[in-house]
Amino acid sequence: MLRPIFLKALAMLASVSAVLAQDEIVIGEFASLTGGSASFGQSSHKGTELAIEEINRAGGVLGKKLKLITEDDQSMAGQPATIVRKLIAQDKAAAILGEVASSKSLEAAPICQQNKIPMITPASTNPKVTEVGDYIFRICFIDPFQGTVMSKFAQSKGWKKIAVLTDVKQDYSVGLTECFIRDFTANGGEIVREQKYSSGDKDFKPQLTSIKAAKPDAIFVPGYYGEVALIAKQARLLGIKVPLLGGDGWVGDSLLKVAGNALDGSFFSCHFSADDQSPKVQDFVKKYREKYGETPDDMAALGYDSAMILAEAIKRAGTTEPEKLRDAIAATKDHDGITGRITLDAQRNASKPAVIMTIDNGGFKFLETVTP
Amino acid sequence: MLERTKILLLASLLLCGLASWGLGGISPYYYDILIGIGINIILAVSLNLVNGYTGQFSLGHAGFMAVGAYASSWLTLTFGYILGTHATGTTFMYVAALLAGGIGAAVAGLAVGIPSLRLRGDYLAIVTLGFNEIIKGIIQNAEPLGAQRGLGGMVQHTNLFWTFAFAAITIYVVLNLVHSTYGSGFLAVRDDEIAAEAMGINTTKYKVLAFTIGAFFAGVAGGLYAHYKQFVHPEGFNFLRSVDIVVMVILGGMGSTFGVVFAAILLTILPEWLRAVSDYPWLPEWLREIAENRMILYSLLLIILMLTRPQGLFGGISFSKKRA
Repeated sequence: MLRPIFLKALAMLASVSAVLAQDEIVIGEFASLTGGSASFGQSSHKGTELAIEEINRAGGVLGKKLKLITEDDQSMAGQPATIVRKLIAQDKAAAILGEVASSKSLEAAPICQQNKIPMITPASTNPKVTEVGDYIFRICFIDPFQGTVMSKFAQSKGWKKIAVLTDVKQDYSVGLTECFIRDFTANGGEIVREQKYSSGDKDFKPQLTSIKAAKPDAIFVPGYYGEVALIAKQARLLGIKVPLLGGDGWVGDSLLKVAGNALDGSFFSCHFSADDQSPKVQDFVKKYREKYGETPDDMAALGYDSAMILAEAIKRAGTTEPEKLRDAIAATKDHDGITGRITLDAQRNASKPAVIMTIDNGGFKFLETVTP
Repeated sequence: MLERTKILLLASLLLCGLASWGLGGISPYYYDILIGIGINIILAVSLNLVNGYTGQFSLGHAGFMAVGAYASSWLTLTFGYILGTHATGTTFMYVAALLAGGIGAAVAGLAVGIPSLRLRGDYLAIVTLGFNEIIKGIIQNAEPLGAQRGLGGMVQHTNLFWTFAFAAITIYVVLNLVHSTYGSGFLAVRDDEIAAEAMGINTTKYKVLAFTIGAFFAGVAGGLYAHYKQFVHPEGFNFLRSVDIVVMVILGGMGSTFGVVFAAILLTILPEWLRAVSDYPWLPEWLREIAENRMILYSLLLIILMLTRPQGLFGGISFSKKRA
């Protein structure tokens, strides 16, 4: 039969697997370096890599160098579980960093929890991720917060009637919509139209025509950059002049390339702005530009912060023993990160400020920082 | 003859039990790969009944897998508490849910098959592809199934025993079916549909039957997957997953169960092995750098294999035919 032969092959595979040096602390990272969400995965990976290099240049932690082992999950469901098992069992990772997409983090989290290996996600905003267990942390704000921020912002602008256009294929978009609608209507606002689309759609004219008829003051589009750019262009073609509002999913290379000037006067919330003049941010931007020749985005900054928080926690714990490391991460307080002051709460979520950006003349512009 | 195949099935079931018991302590990573192999064998062998033996080109196998995964997960999540935490009870519940998932997928297969199997070739491929997207769309909008957020919280029931036991049963059923007198009908439909019809074979019935049985096992595979990964997401059952399974069938050789099993094993191990290659310290730097682009290498290997053996690795060679 086939099975014995195969088992032999597998045993051979095991014996030649990489031998790890003892004077290193292994940090496992799983990221979507290829596939649908590669743009996010690449950025967060670069940020993480930069942080680890910096830590090692400064002598590492506990007298040991950090070794980052990164595995690509190809943006495919089913992969994160396999990869995280590899990082934990084969590479003996002391902690796991990843992922940007909540659906990938949700797959990896139960495995980290079962193996009692701390996991820090840089950018999964779905509340459910950290509910998996006490070894799972996040350093970004969660969906409700962004919905709240944008609803507050809309009210501060004096807008009363808002239309919503949701990407039903993205839990992210659905989550933001729910919180936005709840907060906005609770404070006396009115949702005049709710329309839906799916990732990958190219034509949004039917939804936009319906929205136009409702005459909103602004349109909340908490989607990802690819579709948002097309939505903005088509809205302007239909003569809709009101601003669009969105979340951190708007941040992507191609947003302004595709949208051109169609998004001028629109607003979105995000984690970080490279225009922020604080010395900490400018220093990070400079180092990132030197290494990768491009301006860091949200995901890069979050990836950087996640690695820094982990390193700091290892230092404070004085060991990589899972339980002590977990407690040290949980005790993170006022970490002065690139994306603001980060404090982890009892639910292992970060409480930290959000940045509101505006788009002016086809470019991003830093508007204000909103604290929770 | 029948006796021998039954003995073989029992022997492999016994082996599954032994393997499951003996391999409990291996690295969770290898365990994960082994489970992946088992599930892919079920998927590929069952699709081979449709694509290989009956000659119908289905591109929607991941859709049936999704039906099974979600149906069985919903069952264990909703009714799991009734039988409590007693091991026998939960195992019973789990296997019942797997079978229910399979039956659910088979019903879906029947529902799609009856109207669409009057189509042939490319047209059928498009219909099954559409079905895959419809299933995904339904799940994405079904709140009780977690919609776009995915469904999690299942208990990890799936182990090597159940995975490979169902793989052995799948192989047994498919092999016995196509080598029975009744099952020659499948091959007749593939070889020449018009001639088969002229001989009095109800070709539509055969096609629907192959489709339904294939869907049943895909559903079981979905249930096994869901209760191993403990989290399912509609994107995990997309068109690309279907293509993965089709690639296994084509690479292994349409209509060769042995070849398809081999391809399922190869295509599950290969991407993971390429991950390890870039870490081998004794390889020259440039080779390791090539290996880092493992998906390009993987695709390249597929292209080379298809160019050199267009009929698939084991196409045209059937080990089991000697028996018949």
